[in-house]
Order: sequence, then structure tokens, then C-alpha cells
Amino acid sequence: MIHICNVPRYQAPSAEELAEMRKHHVLLRSFDYERTPIMRGYTDKILTIDVGEKSAEIADIPAEVKEKFVGGKGYCLRYLWDAVNPQTRWDSPENEIVMSPGPIAGITQYGGTGKTLICTISPLTDIPIDSNVGGFFGPYLKFAGFDALEIKGKSEKDVIVVIDATKGTISFEEAPLEHFDAHVLCEELTALYADDENDKKNIAVAAAGSGADHANIGMLNFSFYDPRRGVTRLKQAGRGGIGRVFRNKKIKALVCKIDGVKANLNNAYDFGLINKTGLKFHREVANNDTKQNDMRGVGTAYSLRTLADYDIVPTHNFKFGDAPGIDEMTAAVFKSDWLTQGAADGCWYGCSMACAKASDHFLLKTGPYKGQRVCVDGPEYESAAGLGPSCGIYNPQEVLEINFYCDTYGLDTISYGTMTAFLMECYERGILNKERTGGLDLTWGNAADDLEMMHQIARGEGFGLIAGLGIHKQKEYFAKMGWGDINEMNDFGMEQKGLEYSEYSAKESLAQQGGYGLTNKGPQHDEAWLIFMDQVNNQIPTFEDKAEALYFYPMFRTWFGLMGLCKLPWNDIVPADNALTDDPKMVPEHVENYLNLYYAMTGNKLDVDGMIRQSERVYNFQRIFNIRMGKGLRANDAIPYRSAGPVFEDEYLWREERYDTQLVELAGYTEEQVKNMSLQERMAATRKYREAQYQTLIDAVYPKRGWTLGGVPTVEHLKELGMDLPELLEVVEPLLAEEGA
Amino acid sequence: MKLNNREYKGFREGLTVQDVIRENSFTWPKLVVKLNRKVIWPEEYENTVIEETDDLEVIHLLGGG
Repeated sequence: MIHICNVPRYQAPSAEELAEMRKHHVLLRSFDYERTPIMRGYTDKILTIDVGEKSAEIADIPAEVKEKFVGGKGYCLRYLWDAVNPQTRWDSPENEIVMSPGPIAGITQYGGTGKTLICTISPLTDIPIDSNVGGFFGPYLKFAGFDALEIKGKSEKDVIVVIDATKGTISFEEAPLEHFDAHVLCEELTALYADDENDKKNIAVAAAGSGADHANIGMLNFSFYDPRRGVTRLKQAGRGGIGRVFRNKKIKALVCKIDGVKANLNNAYDFGLINKTGLKFHREVANNDTKQNDMRGVGTAYSLRTLADYDIVPTHNFKFGDAPGIDEMTAAVFKSDWLTQGAADGCWYGCSMACAKASDHFLLKTGPYKGQRVCVDGPEYESAAGLGPSCGIYNPQEVLEINFYCDTYGLDTISYGTMTAFLMECYERGILNKERTGGLDLTWGNAADDLEMMHQIARGEGFGLIAGLGIHKQKEYFAKMGWGDINEMNDFGMEQKGLEYSEYSAKESLAQQGGYGLTNKGPQHDEAWLIFMDQVNNQIPTFEDKAEALYFYPMFRTWFGLMGLCKLPWNDIVPADNALTDDPKMVPEHVENYLNLYYAMTGNKLDVDGMIRQSERVYNFQRIFNIRMGKGLRANDAIPYRSAGPVFEDEYLWREERYDTQLVELAGYTEEQVKNMSLQERMAATRKYREAQYQTLIDAVYPKRGWTLGGVPTVEHLKELGMDLPELLEVVEPLLAEEGA
Repeated sequence: MKLNNREYKGFREGLTVQDVIRENSFTWPKLVVKLNRKVIWPEEYENTVIEETDDLEVIHLLGGG
């Protein structure tokens, strides 16, 4: 086992290199500003920068926006709506990247309080994407005086934007000598803008990477400086192609500099209550984590083994779920051989859960940094499962190397993993071959060619350009080229609304099929992770139960994104006596903690109904935003059949007994009938049953959410929420009239 | 006997909570176990015998990021 005591410090860029870089910086334009102090979690200011015009404006956030949209994702969506129109696409100049940390973000007394939400019109989905990220940039942005940052326009040349709260300046600069890949660029900019070694912790950088120049699955890294290791580390706003938009605007990086993190920069209403609530949480982590999930030891990859036991780990592009080689890369293996133990691995100050694990001085075997030793963050569960078993890869070294290059190139590990698995299945089925891939052998488990494909994305060449399209556009391209049948690819290409699935095989959980399919942004589990509650615990057996869960949990989980909170401390650690509560799955004591944090920050009392109401306003706004952009109706909530059942014969035969039994126990066939059916007939009957179940689920969920059966929020529901805003009614009323609702 | 609201096919005389957990590969460390709505703590799994009419809940508390 590797302990932090034995990890040597990383080498910083040399003073000569930095001096040369600094010499080549060109100051294009600079603005002075007066920093607005934070009061009860808010500055009530938004900074708008136009990277085309090189302009910066600071505006008040109106009280009505604050009341209805709260912060975080709410602010992002509100300002994005105002910037775009139904014809706006990801690369339109008016498309914006909006980021906001939320009112609780930036406190250091409780776990998981450094999150920032980012929204833009996605190159994958053509609708708003929202993605959350840890690291320093969001909280520092708020400490610099801004509740939100709105980025618009397109620069002609690569530009960096520096918000220096210590001087009160916002500047646009050219920085031509710095690298593009995030692990180097963030290190260089941290060193360049810090006054000295001790000041590096006051620098936050947001940057994509060279892959984001060429791939719709490009993501955005947020840095956090790790003083113990002496290295700048990265967290990711992974989903939906935000990095692609960032690079399309020719932004090389954003830098934010502050004069230090202090205990109560948020000027909380009741700082004592925040302290008290945090101490309780930290004691719980100290006493229980090793007996529960061991987040401090392995991070979120703790669940790999258990999820494989339940056929949930996507294996060979979600075809199977048991990840047969998982013993080679369990949490225990990562902990004993790869992940440094004993470090304060929080991605924001004060997070005792410390799940941002790292593999230190990891030796790279491929690509432009071959032979170098680097710090690899993670892998998190999603990255490990998607880059590993879904592609038939079980070697931890290979998974870590792919993870590293995804991060530094600015590619979303989830989309990259799911997309590569799709390509590998296309290769297996003859839709792709070496001639079509330019020589890449995309056989299951071939990590070398998987990595080569990623390097091609970063270089913007060869098959990498096709890989960078994402599954939705790949399917269209393969069909157009006459390589594959679009209907078949629609069945096994794991994307919905254009976004690649995150890493849970939902075949045996109807609620999770809805948890993916009935999301606003596309199939990401952060809205509704119901798979164990449904499939294993059987706590929501009826359609009514599932519909209630698919109403409540997306709203409950949305609230974290309004506040700037990480969801993991909610239920990845629980009080020792949680089992004795009325509803252990909700972890009632932690919900109480969050209500206390909100009150202590803002001075406003809130109960669970109030939380849900805050979220529901934003959730319905996002749904109508989708409709405005051309998606967001029932047809757009359809899912690829593989998310619900077996597409191919070997897939059915893998769990033949289970599927045959279900035909009898659930679908109404007799044992005799099933015995006399061919394999194809049993598959067709299974499909008919499962697809009908999904439609019945939608029929139950939409009314619960206040929507018509066509998926449109009703005027009555919007009125009840106080969201009968003219611009929303303008979108929904014609559709409601068409539906006769 | 019921396990998580479903008939448990493996019921037999002398079956314990620990047997059910083992037979079903419930390896998760954060289990909430209730027998007829009474919480059973881990140290009681081995000695808690289940009757044919009992209702056993073995709830996995898994976060999901």
C-alpha cells in the first residue's frame, strides 16, 4: 500500500520556462472592478464576459431571479435561456457557458461544499446540458465577488481570462507558449499567477485540453492545488461537451486569483450552526467510513464488486452486467496497489470524505507524455466501469492511463467509455473493420488501440475525428456510409437525447430505465439513482411507487445543484443509528443537516417541501427549455432497447433462465407456452413486455410531475409553482392546445 | 417467509439472517436488516432464526453519485 508519507513532491515547471512564458504574454484588455462582499452566501452579482469583444460587465442579479432560481444550476439555466434562441446551436456565437457555485458553496465546515454548476447548449444534444464539478474555480469566483459567470462570444485567437480579486482586475491575455493539455496547462498557469509557492493554493484554473478541440465529448477541468503533493490536480465538469464549446470560443483557460480562503467568507447568517453541523458530520466520517463505504480509502470506485454481483456493471457495451474480470480491478486492488492512502483528498477544503483519490507518480506508457510520471486523479466508479469492463478492459494500469488521458485531453470519461464500447461492438458486428478505422483494432479489451484512438482525437486526425462525434452522430454516419443498419444501432447504441449513458446497466430495474430516460439533460444518473432501491431492495414495486420516486428524487437531487453541494456526503456515509430511522434510505439526519446549512447560510427557514419546491421550479424551467430547443417531449424520452432488455441472442442466452422465468411470472405466458417458443419468439415477447412496461411507467410519471401525457408541463402546475412566466407559457400553450390539455 | 416483499424460495427450518445474506451474496457493508420491522444488528445475524411467516427486509444503502 502506498502512503502519502512516501510520496515525493512533484516537480514544478522551471523558473526559466515560466519566465519565457510570461515574456510572451500579451495583455489585450483589462478592467478594474470593485469586489462585492458576500452576504449570507450571495453577492447578487453576475459577471458577463464577451471573449469576442474582450469586454466585461458586472450586473445585479434581480431579486425575482434569486427567488425563483436560487443559484447554481438555476442561475445557469435562467441566464442561458435569455442568451439563446431556438435556432442556437453549440457553436453559435450567442451560445454561452454559464457557471454558478450556489449559496452554500465555499464553506469549509461541511463535506462536499465546493461544487459549481455549468450549463451550455450541448454539441451532443442541442439542448441545455448541466454538469457539476468540484475544484477551486467556482468558490473562488464567488469570493472574487460573483455568484455567476456568463461567457459569450468567440475569440479569434486563443485567449485566457484572468479574474484577479487581489487587484480587482479582469483581464484578457494571450498566453501562446503554455501547453494545451490540462495537467500541464493548469500547472503552468498556477505557477505563473501565484506570487510564490505558498500562494499556489489561491489560484484556480478552468481549462479543457487538446481533445476538446476536436470532440463533441469535450469536457472542462477545474483545478485544485494539492500542497502536500506539490501538484495541481483536476476535477471535471464532464457531461455534454462543455469543453468543446469552451474551445470553440478559443478560450485557453480561465484563471481566478484570490487572497486566501477563510472560515466565513460567505458571511453566513448563523456561522455557529454551520460549525456545529459540520463537526457532527466529520465525527461521523471518522467513526463510520471504514465500516461503511471506505470513501476515504478508494473513493467512489468502492462499489465495483457489489454492482457486478447484481449484473449492473456495464460489460461489453451494456450487453452483460457481471464484469467477469472484475476481481482484477476491485476497490481492494486499487487501494493496495494504486491509490495513495492517508492524504487529505478533498476536492474542496474541509471535505473529510476525501474521495478524490489519486495514483501518484503513475508511469505513462503511451502518447505524448510517454515515459513521464504523473498524478492521475481517480478513477471514480463511472470512469472505472465505463473505460474498463464496458470495453472489456480489466487491467488497472490501462484503466488509469485511459482515465489520465481523458482528463488531460479534456474528454468526458463517461462519454468516452460508453462511446468506445459502442465502437467495439460495431467492430465485433462488422459495422467497423480495420479499413474503416484506419487500422485500429477495436476488439474488446484492446487498450492499446483504444488509447491510440484517443491520441488521434487529441491530434484531430484519422478515425479520432469520427470517434469525437459521439454515439448519436456516429450512428447516423455509419448508416449513411452503408456500414450498419440504423435501427439495429439505435437498439445497442447507448445514448439518449444525444448523450451517452452513464455506467449502470438498468435492464432489471424499470425505475432506473426511467431514471435515465426521463431526465432533462440525457441519461446521467445524478437525477435519479434508483437501481438498488428498485431491483435489489424492491422498495418501489408498483408503478405508483416508481412514479413517486421518479418525481421525488430528481427534485431532491436537483437541490444539491442549486446550492453548490456534492451529493455524495448525503448517503455515501450514514449515522451509525440510521437504521433506526423511519426512512433509512433518505438518511433523515443528513437531510436535517442540509436544512440547517441552508438556514444558517441564508437566514431563511426551509423544510423538505420547500426544498422540493425550489428544485421543481428549476426542473420544469429546464424541461420547457428543452421543448423550446426542439426536444423535451415524450418522443425524446424514448430509450435504446438495450437499456431495457436483451437486444441480441447471446445477450438473452446469458440470462436465459431469468428471462424465461419472467415471461411466466410477469408477462403472463404459461410454462408450456414458453417451452414451445423459439429463442426469437421469446426475445420478441420479452421486448414487447418490457417496452410496454416503460410506456406504462411514463404514463404514471408525467402526471406526478404535473405534465401531460405528451410530456408538457401544464399551465396549472406552472401557476402552482409560481412559474407561469410569459416566456414559458409561450412555449407550452400551443403544445397544450394541440394535446387538448 | 418474505425477503424484500417477495416469497423467499430458499426457506427451511433453522434458517438464519446470516444464511440469507450469504446465500444471496449480500456483500454490501451498508445493509439495513429488519425482521418483522425490528432492526437486526450485524452481531445478531448469526443467531437470528427466521420463521416461515416472517418478513425480512435486507436493504442495501447505496449512494449513486
